[in-house]
Amino acid sequence: MSDATLHAPAVSADTPSRRPPITVVGPVAWARASLFSSWLSTAVTLALAYLLARWIIGFVDWAFINAIWSVPVNAQGAQTQACRALQGAGACWAVITEKHRFILFGTYPYDEHWRPLVCVFLFIGLYIVSAMRRFWRKELALIWAGVLFLIGFLMWGGALGMPYVPQERWGGLVITLILSTFGIAFAFPLAVLVALGRRSRMPAIKMLCVVYVELIRGVPLISLLFMASVMFPLFLPEGMNIDKLLRAQVAIILFAAAYLAEVVRGGLQALSRGQYEAADALGLSYWQKTLFIILPQALRLVIPPLVNTFIGMFKDTSLVLIIGIFDLLTAGKTAIVEPAWQGFGIEVYVFVGIIYFIFCFAMSRYSQGLERGLNQHRVR
Amino acid sequence: MKPTRLATLRATTIRALGAVALVTAAAMPALAQQAAPASGADTLGAIRARGALICGVNTGLAGFAQPNSQGAWQGFDVDYCRAVAVAIFNDPTKVRYVPLTAQNRFTALQSGEVDMAARNTTVTLSRDTSLGFDFPAINFYDGQGFMVKASLGVKSAKELNGATICVQPGTTTEQNLTDWARANSIQFTPVVIERVEEVVGAYAAGRCDAYTTDVSGLAATRSAQPNPADHVILPEVISKEPLGPFVRQGDPRFADIVRWTHNALLTAEELNITTANVDQAVAGDARPEAQRLLGKNGGLGQMLGLDNAWAANIVKKIGNYGEIFERNLAPIGIQRGPNAQWTNGGLQFSPPFR
Repeated sequence: MSDATLHAPAVSADTPSRRPPITVVGPVAWARASLFSSWLSTAVTLALAYLLARWIIGFVDWAFINAIWSVPVNAQGAQTQACRALQGAGACWAVITEKHRFILFGTYPYDEHWRPLVCVFLFIGLYIVSAMRRFWRKELALIWAGVLFLIGFLMWGGALGMPYVPQERWGGLVITLILSTFGIAFAFPLAVLVALGRRSRMPAIKMLCVVYVELIRGVPLISLLFMASVMFPLFLPEGMNIDKLLRAQVAIILFAAAYLAEVVRGGLQALSRGQYEAADALGLSYWQKTLFIILPQALRLVIPPLVNTFIGMFKDTSLVLIIGIFDLLTAGKTAIVEPAWQGFGIEVYVFVGIIYFIFCFAMSRYSQGLERGLNQHRVR
Repeated sequence: MKPTRLATLRATTIRALGAVALVTAAAMPALAQQAAPASGADTLGAIRARGALICGVNTGLAGFAQPNSQGAWQGFDVDYCRAVAVAIFNDPTKVRYVPLTAQNRFTALQSGEVDMAARNTTVTLSRDTSLGFDFPAINFYDGQGFMVKASLGVKSAKELNGATICVQPGTTTEQNLTDWARANSIQFTPVVIERVEEVVGAYAAGRCDAYTTDVSGLAATRSAQPNPADHVILPEVISKEPLGPFVRQGDPRFADIVRWTHNALLTAEELNITTANVDQAVAGDARPEAQRLLGKNGGLGQMLGLDNAWAANIVKKIGNYGEIFERNLAPIGIQRGPNAQWTNGGLQFSPPFR
């Protein structure tokens, strides 16, 4: 009556377990099943592999083997004849070697470039700290306030031996980070309020939120930036002037908030009525109900579309080029205005594209992790 | 588990709201800068009080205004900003440059965001009147022309019948091209491309036979080609594009300063006074006009509300018109052409300094 005898292994325990045949599991089996299962599949695989290999070889040739990494610069400017002689067969990374500081920091005074560089690292540090759950507590608000203040202090200067730098000289990557970080940080709370307001039973508040969202969503960001840049100053009293960067920042915040509000509203609608009724039954006030019951569940549901909007906003900040603010992309474009460097746009766009990709990809990966972590209870 | 998550969220919300309040409070006073007063006011006084001229420039146009690799602005228009700053402060660094796009350049000046704009802007009647600006000077006479590959053997724009012509959309360039073609009964196929690098790329790749834009732009494009001699700029100029700095209407005193800064640059060239010899000229040039220009007598600077040595300072720190032209525009292949001194058959003519 012993299970042990009934289920005794057929082979003794010390016999090493054997691997399944290589043709059944592992990469070889996968390739056989997915890539070479029929003659048609094999043909397609081989054709695509050939094209891919050619493209990769071509790219490596262009980007590395034939590339020129620096050119001499003398009193007449950069001597780019060597690059031009390539006729496009190789990349002219010399344009990045020569212009990377301009692309990253714009017209910020050259000797003070360490300040925006420190600011870029402060921003990245702020993102990393905010992303770690062990820092999700009240002190984080102080960290944000402190770091943003420090960034403003470093960028403006005017004390501790750092010369004052007015905003019109700021540029490059740091402008992109300022516009998107402040844009999202301010737009998100506003969006939550608008989303709640749109579901409010108070008609005035509801109308206000509906009109706001529909008005802003009804126009492209570029026209909002135009209004902020071209029309708004005409309405101000004479002699008063609000900085161009601040106007663009406000336009971006308003635009992002309208989109985020709709995302958040989607999350609010996805919650079952039972959650609202249960909270009411417990006697919670409106704000208790919203803060403790509704928002935590609603926001968790909409992490993917929220991050989608964040990534979109991060890239949309490049539209400030139409009002003459040198963000990362505009600085890149301006770098190749100089006649010596005209025609090397691909290299500059690849460089700028890589920077955008790093930030957007990091956001995307982080949101996937966050989604897994916060929605574990849903995983079956 | 649940309460900590709720606390987390509450903390997040509080954090965000707190950040809004804090940063707004911190940023507002710093961002609301002191602006120049709008029309009818004392621009010169505002510039002096601020300690810097705020000058609108192009966001990036080779030769006229572009930041170099160090991020410092340079170019023909930028030198005009610096010249006005020298006239006022005797210091070419006391300029704050505001890059302006074609769209926001007029508002920026109207609203007082900038004191003046030197942004390769064509002088037209409507801009002078209904937009409320004054164009005190024309510092560059430009016009729309055509560039073709030398191998085509085309000698005149009249031979472009049936050609494919690359042009940028939305500007007066496209309109001028259409008007000119209709007036001369020329059939052409336009290839309309927005970005300047792409339109130049299309021309270089042979997608069009000719490329049309302002002659200064053509010259800059030609000089950037691998072999400039392969391209010919045709002699026809089909539009008048006089470019000049502009200021708000209603402050004639500041407009005078910009106008006479330009005239001082021209007169200095006419009198052969350069950065190199201006000190000797101040010390010993006996020509009466040179003496008046350099502030030795006549008190012309004071009439403008400036130091009498203003023009000498400009020539010393910036150079004369010819030097500015040589430094910025000659390297990109722009000839003096209509911008030569009137004594050399050009259009640049300064009224006398007396």
